[in-house]
Amino acid sequence: MRHSLREAFKRVGSFFRKDQLDQELNEEMASHLQMAVEENMRRHMSAEEARRQALVRFGGVQQALERHRESRGLPWLDVLIQDLRFTFRTLRRDSGFTIVAVLILALGIGANIAVFSVVNTILLRPLPFRDPQQLVRIVQKNPKAGESSRTYTADATQDFQQQNHSFQSVSGYFAFTGPDNLKLVGTGQPVPVTSILVAEGFFQTLGVDPSLGRSFRSEEFVKHSQPVALLSYPFWKRQLGGDRSIVGKAINLSNTSVIVIGVLPDTFDFGSVFSPGAKVDLFAPYIMDDFRDDGNDLALVGRLKHGVTLAQAQSEADQLFPQLYFEHKHPEYGKGYTGQVTGLKDYVSGKLRRSLIVLWCAVGLILLIVCVNLSNLLLARAAARSKEFAMRRALGARRWRLVRQLLTESLILATVGAVLGLGLAYVILSYLAHQGSIALPLLTMVRVDGTVLEWTLLIAVGSAVLFGPAPGLRMSGGNLQEVLKDSGASAGRKHNRMRSTLVITEIALACVLLVGAGLLLRSFLRVLDIDLGFQPSRAAAISVDYDDGGNPAKRAAIWQEIVRQSSMIPGVEAAGISDNLPMSRNRSWGIAAKGEEKRDDLGYLPVFVYIVSPGYLKAMGMRLMEGRDISWEDMSNNRSVVIINETVARKLWPGQDPIGRTALAGGTEPQVIGVIADVRESGAEDNAGAQMYLPATKQFGPEGANLVVRSKLPPTAVATSVMGTLRQINPGQPATEFKPIQGLVDRATSPRRFFVLLVGTFACLGLLLASLGIYGVVSYSVTRQTQEIGIRMALGATETRVQLDVIWETLRLALIGIALGMMASLAVARLIASLLFQTAPTDPFTFAGVVVLLGTVALLAGFLPARRASTIDPMVALRVN
Amino acid sequence: MGQSKLDLLQGTLDVMVLQTLEAMGPQHGYGVARRIEQVSGNEVLLNQGTIYASLVRLQQRGWIAAKWGTSDNNRKAKFYSITKTGQKQLVQDTAYWQRLAGVMGRVLAMQGEGDEQ
Repeated sequence: MRHSLREAFKRVGSFFRKDQLDQELNEEMASHLQMAVEENMRRHMSAEEARRQALVRFGGVQQALERHRESRGLPWLDVLIQDLRFTFRTLRRDSGFTIVAVLILALGIGANIAVFSVVNTILLRPLPFRDPQQLVRIVQKNPKAGESSRTYTADATQDFQQQNHSFQSVSGYFAFTGPDNLKLVGTGQPVPVTSILVAEGFFQTLGVDPSLGRSFRSEEFVKHSQPVALLSYPFWKRQLGGDRSIVGKAINLSNTSVIVIGVLPDTFDFGSVFSPGAKVDLFAPYIMDDFRDDGNDLALVGRLKHGVTLAQAQSEADQLFPQLYFEHKHPEYGKGYTGQVTGLKDYVSGKLRRSLIVLWCAVGLILLIVCVNLSNLLLARAAARSKEFAMRRALGARRWRLVRQLLTESLILATVGAVLGLGLAYVILSYLAHQGSIALPLLTMVRVDGTVLEWTLLIAVGSAVLFGPAPGLRMSGGNLQEVLKDSGASAGRKHNRMRSTLVITEIALACVLLVGAGLLLRSFLRVLDIDLGFQPSRAAAISVDYDDGGNPAKRAAIWQEIVRQSSMIPGVEAAGISDNLPMSRNRSWGIAAKGEEKRDDLGYLPVFVYIVSPGYLKAMGMRLMEGRDISWEDMSNNRSVVIINETVARKLWPGQDPIGRTALAGGTEPQVIGVIADVRESGAEDNAGAQMYLPATKQFGPEGANLVVRSKLPPTAVATSVMGTLRQINPGQPATEFKPIQGLVDRATSPRRFFVLLVGTFACLGLLLASLGIYGVVSYSVTRQTQEIGIRMALGATETRVQLDVIWETLRLALIGIALGMMASLAVARLIASLLFQTAPTDPFTFAGVVVLLGTVALLAGFLPARRASTIDPMVALRVN
Repeated sequence: MGQSKLDLLQGTLDVMVLQTLEAMGPQHGYGVARRIEQVSGNEVLLNQGTIYASLVRLQQRGWIAAKWGTSDNNRKAKFYSITKTGQKQLVQDTAYWQRLAGVMGRVLAMQGEGDEQ
């Protein structure tokens, strides 16, 4: 054993000392021969004979040298290097081909790496927590009204924590935090800050330890304890300059002194897991006693005990949750929760599984098309190189040696392509990771890691093997004599048949991609066409800070002043305030028609709640169908009034006029004063739920305030004046962002836009490659038939006739490809049906469009060679050869 | 001498080289090749050149050592000598070849008896 290891080392060593060792051997052999000659001469041979005999006995100096090298070094590596050297030389000579091939490969492989990284990050890679497979999310079953119907009260959470046996720990976070809910005061202008409240044990449950300082302690979850905060890593770096001594010091948050107890690690990104696209700056304790009366507001996460399965946890949850009271203080509110236990990873990315797999397949198709295209290019080259290879075989090169040579070529092309592709993917991924506007979970964590590199290697080698040897096998076989004779007609025809098959494959694949992309695009356009119930364009919102000292009357006065002054800014059409905006944070209560609240079939309807000021509806561009808007008098006089949407009106007062009716909501009996058109609350594709708008009064305090401004000019044009106005009213107004409402809609549709954009890009790429393929084949066949065409033209064929023939040949290929592609597309379309929105998988418009598009592109690709064919001069053509 | 020379079996040359060096002490390539030819009574088909592949192989395995020196007739030559591990290896190889030869002999003899009965 030891000697083989030693031998291996020596062999490697010898490989690098080739020249020296050869030199030594040559000397040794020279002295060997000399000794042999001398001995022979002692036997009275002539000098000449002595030398001849010595050489005969020695048996070939060159062979001895070769055998010596084989025994001492790494012969396979020698051959490989020889192949590589030769390949580089050939590729350099054929630089046009090389550049095209490498670029095509870089595109194909780069796209694949990028998509794989996204798939890997969102679907495959475990979450960045300790033992992530134990982590679950617990939500209510069948949530009907947004976040409120997915969360739990403080009491229910505590009961579940105490009664369950399946979990090591259960914790949660406050689900209703809006962005920029606090401001950091101290140095210069106040800075808006997003703070999330987390229940006791939240970070322990996830298995996240602060990288600096410590986590929360139990006593910090007690009412009236010293306020403390854990900072997120980016916030610490950005706002506090990465100051390590900050731990233990106080910072001023919205005029409260808060002690920083630690900094979370860089790898922990709350937003990317729990709230895609959101940035969270710091975490503070969720003190249960502060929230006992506030209804459902905790989003629960749990860590299963070792050996407890999801099913076991689920069955325990099914037993416990129905027994939990909403509020201990008010047993009359009743009991009866439900709890769906889902693996955290599944909860975060499960919904995206299908889209991502479709994306993965689409990008795989692109690679396939790239390979087919390269096979085609290589075949074209093969035709040109067939003589070279026939010559080499005639000189004794074995067939597999030639195939290996070709494989080396394709491997080199694929490697260079992969390296460039990796660069391309890196650029794409860095871009994606910083797109806060794409609401995909975990996207900020996307990066090129080991798995991605392995995948790159796999697809690079895979595609090399796929596109490389086909032409090689073709080329190295066949009849040497015929090739060398240069008649080559039949071989050429065979080549062409193979190339035609490849082109047809390419068209068919591109067709599938185009149909898929077309259907997704149609769906996306349908989504954009949806009546949202509000006008996002030319409206923008800004989070407003004010100090009302907890006095509703003062708040009403401040709000009125803010809205009044903002409305007076030149260019502003309407202004109003709401605590929640559509398609962002939401909360729901119940609403009932007075007198009907006990009815089993109706009773309380879950309803989204907005605490608003007058003018908000107009600023958002919501349509008041009936009745009137809230007035400032409603607010200052604490009138109990409500505006409902059409869904509520239809459900609670079917066939009746709801105006003037009395409802039950939030423990009051507001009078319905208006009805507005339904607003898409959760997203463009979800149905509008029940909604109600209440004036901010003594009973109903808002959770934060967003000033919405509608302007004649683009929202950014009035941003400065709005901020100026707010600062004038409250000098402590932090520099919150002036966010276009369109951004909310874009964010809600961003996953779909993301997929459409990518699949669409791939489809265009596929189309481009397919048209290149068509062009290549037709163009080559025209070149090959130059003589034939020349003869035909000499015999009187017209230019048009020649052109038509070439175009017909092109169309024939295209039509076969399209026909095959259409059949495949029908099957594929059914598979992606669930991703479509108001679009049939057999959407005739899309299918017809793809046929026309592919047909046109094929015609264009065939047109150039056709023109060339028609300009062939018979005299010149016949003189060739 | 009508019959052709013996082809060397795989691995036999290495053993011959080891044994030659063991018996003769340090020797250059030419010397080893000549010695093997003499001892085998010119019955072995040996291109002298092949000896060098064998020598480098044995050297890499650490069974022989080599150093440049001067031959009897004042010629610069590389001298090979067997090492400790080489001697151990030779003992093993010798045992192996003797066993193999014995077995071959018995097997071939057995066939002869079988035919007669």
